[in-house]
Amino acid sequence: MDQILGNLSLLVEFPIVNLKIIIDGVMIGALFVLVAYGLALVWGVMNVKNLAQGDFVISGGYVSWWLVEQGFPALLGVPVAFIVMWGIGWVVYKLVISRVIERDLFTSLLATFGLAIMMAQILNLLFGSDTQSVDLGYDTLFFGDDDLISIPIAKLIGVLMAGTLAVAVIVFMKSSRMGQAIRATAQDARAARVMGIDTEKVYAFTFSLNSAICGAAGAIIVMVWLIQPFYGISYSIRAFVVVTAAGLGNLPGVIAAGLGIGALEQYGAHIFGIGYQQAIAVLLLLLVLFIRLIQQRRNRQVLK
Amino acid sequence: MSSIIEVQGVSKSYGGVVANHEVSLTVKSGTITGLIGPNGSGKTTLFNSIVGYHPIDAGSIQFEGQEISKFPVQKIARLGMLRTFQQTRIYGAMNGVENMLISLPHRKMSIWDALKRNTREDYERADHLLEFVGLYEKRLLKSGDLSFGQQKLLEFAMALMNEPTCLLLDEPTAGINPTLINGLIERLKRANTEFGITLFIIEHNMRVIMNMAESIYCLAHGEMLAHGTPDEIQNDQNVIDAYLGAH
Amino acid sequence: MTMARNKTMLYTVILAFTFIAPFAFPAYGTQLATLWLMIIVALTWDMTGGQMGYNSLGNIFFYGTGMYVAALISIGQVYDIGDYTNAAGGGIYEFTDAQYFGGLFLGVIGAGIFCSITAVIIGFLTFGLRGPYFAIGTLGVAIAAGELVSNWEWVGGGQGIALPVYPGDLDIGKIFFYFLFATVGVSVFVFVKWLYSTRFGAAINAIRDDEEKADAMGIHTLRYKLITWAMAAFFVGMAGGISAFQLIHFEPLESAYQTINLGIFMVVCVLLGGKGTLWGPVIGAILFHLFKEVTWNYFLGWQWVALGALIVVTVVYFQDGVMGWLMHKRPEWFGIRVEDKAAAEAKVEGRA
Repeated sequence: MDQILGNLSLLVEFPIVNLKIIIDGVMIGALFVLVAYGLALVWGVMNVKNLAQGDFVISGGYVSWWLVEQGFPALLGVPVAFIVMWGIGWVVYKLVISRVIERDLFTSLLATFGLAIMMAQILNLLFGSDTQSVDLGYDTLFFGDDDLISIPIAKLIGVLMAGTLAVAVIVFMKSSRMGQAIRATAQDARAARVMGIDTEKVYAFTFSLNSAICGAAGAIIVMVWLIQPFYGISYSIRAFVVVTAAGLGNLPGVIAAGLGIGALEQYGAHIFGIGYQQAIAVLLLLLVLFIRLIQQRRNRQVLK
Repeated sequence: MSSIIEVQGVSKSYGGVVANHEVSLTVKSGTITGLIGPNGSGKTTLFNSIVGYHPIDAGSIQFEGQEISKFPVQKIARLGMLRTFQQTRIYGAMNGVENMLISLPHRKMSIWDALKRNTREDYERADHLLEFVGLYEKRLLKSGDLSFGQQKLLEFAMALMNEPTCLLLDEPTAGINPTLINGLIERLKRANTEFGITLFIIEHNMRVIMNMAESIYCLAHGEMLAHGTPDEIQNDQNVIDAYLGAH
Repeated sequence: MTMARNKTMLYTVILAFTFIAPFAFPAYGTQLATLWLMIIVALTWDMTGGQMGYNSLGNIFFYGTGMYVAALISIGQVYDIGDYTNAAGGGIYEFTDAQYFGGLFLGVIGAGIFCSITAVIIGFLTFGLRGPYFAIGTLGVAIAAGELVSNWEWVGGGQGIALPVYPGDLDIGKIFFYFLFATVGVSVFVFVKWLYSTRFGAAINAIRDDEEKADAMGIHTLRYKLITWAMAAFFVGMAGGISAFQLIHFEPLESAYQTINLGIFMVVCVLLGGKGTLWGPVIGAILFHLFKEVTWNYFLGWQWVALGALIVVTVVYFQDGVMGWLMHKRPEWFGIRVEDKAAAEAKVEGRA
């Protein structure tokens, strides 16, 4: 308890620490936004709640890490992970997802959960259970009194790459024909089919796109933080928190929620200790669910 | 004759659209009252408000003298006011008898009663009501396999099984084969006279409602347009205009 | 008449087998005990899942909590808990036989009761969630509990708790734990068999089939949901308590709140065997346990992958499970409906 109070008073005495926490949080949060966007995409288009989302992310991280181990330049990892995970996503869609789309929601949830377990275990067998990261070898920038605020250039690059990818995806969704087809299918699959859209192709594309986005995010994460085969579930949870808080189709909301959660997690870790980081992510999930539930209750509805 | 339902100044909006605007009506105990109006006039919204499906924006709804506008659906159902659904909702995986048994009035059961099995009297009552609506022969078939009209009859029987004081029916004859409608009207009337249940009915079929109701309310564009006996309503110019779309 | 006689014979045989098994196969004592654990968690999961339509991914919360409560009750009777967990159960803390068994029984019952109460509280907060939200919400509760407990030093933090070993011959100990699990298991089975035949059982099925309709007909849906979950939690809590003593040492995330192991196994068992049926969870638990034991020996290292694959394959291809498949192939066995359809049609012809 004293520890907690001590940590809290630190925030008040040295306001600049707040800035550091927020910056760290926002930088991680940017990746949460990417992963959450992908989750919302698959959720909105096919009504599949992908519990394996985080495992796709970690897989992408390992693709990039393995590449670096073979001697390739680190930054190449991101586009390669994007492509490789696209392919894996496509295979997963054909083998598993396509067969659970039409079923009830618990089925798809459970199927992706099983998938998550499989993926985490396969990664564990292939790469071992140590945490891994890729060192870009860039400098760190320091700001503020006593150089309290440190921003590794690698992290900055990572966030910029995430941002670029996000912008590219959004532009694609708005202006390309496939993007339009996806949006049409999301609104009303049957109507889309009647209008001649091949919804099967749209579903496969969407899921593969999501997998690729996750892969790229993972490749960025391995550069600027850590990956480990069993870290997947926490990214899945964070993505769920963002989507539940912001709602589907609410891009500004997703961005705000993602960045917000990143910041909140950093605050939590600072105040309560690093061991609580996982707990905070899950507690945020419960909090968000509870708040949405109360909102629905006012209208005598439930959260479906 | 006392009022069993008293609606005063009820307003309800959905996302910017005003579905009901200061609607008032009274349903007298033991009668059959009708609610008519062109499509989109807010009839089902009003029904939903009365049975507690959603909160209302303004106004008051009283059932047997008690304010119920803040009550949820289950509470109102346990007070004795039930509703049937336009799309007809029954427990499709169960057969007719099971549907009836689950419709026993739970407000009359203690938790100990709930832990017992259904009694012979329960089965007999279920059979009797199924006979009443003409579904006795099909009572052991999976109810999801029944035809739409049969499901509607089952839903009606289930409502009767629950021993309501008041029953709100949302388009009870919609989708029913015209040759069977007379039978349904007959049964609705008998439910009213023999079982003493007050009926409040949304109907599009003019022949049916004019035949059955003692008092009719007409909604249009979310507001109460007219009220009276079937004769008065049929001759009301406003009502005629509303249905023919004149402004 | 023969149908009923056959059934009684069947149950007697099964009961006899249950009693004899640990003596007939002494080498498999622990596995048989684990099988009963599976049966318990599968049957209880199906109470809220297949029978009531609320698919929880967090029932493991009651298992873990049951473990901790049982351990704390039994330790707390004799020693100061803080001191005990600090020393991580190193040698100096002895328990007499009376203290061991007394603590065990009190702890297990206490675990059951405590978990029932928490079920009501959590249910109050989460039963407004439907479908996948309920699944994710309950999963979140289980994960959160595991994470928070592993940071709580008073109950041993990440190290967990070490309980005293069974006082006496360890082989007899195995049989002892087997019978503890079997007793709870048989109790659950008898209990739900009775429950599903009452109006209560019909009510929870109605909630599953169309909760809005059940509400509209005046059924006390929240009451039924809370009571059902509380009863499931009672049995799972007890099972957790027994596990605590059987495992001797348990950790918060690996043993107690094991969301990706036992937590998901219970769901797979039910799906494999057939959701919403009486025997489904039991059959599924047996099949799953066999599968697990086989893969552990032959898949060396890839067993978790195989299990994950089993989950996916079951969910995708065998949704109805064994019982569902049987009902399809041999409706006569469940066949009241088919018989009566013929009888009903005969009646119609009779009238016409």
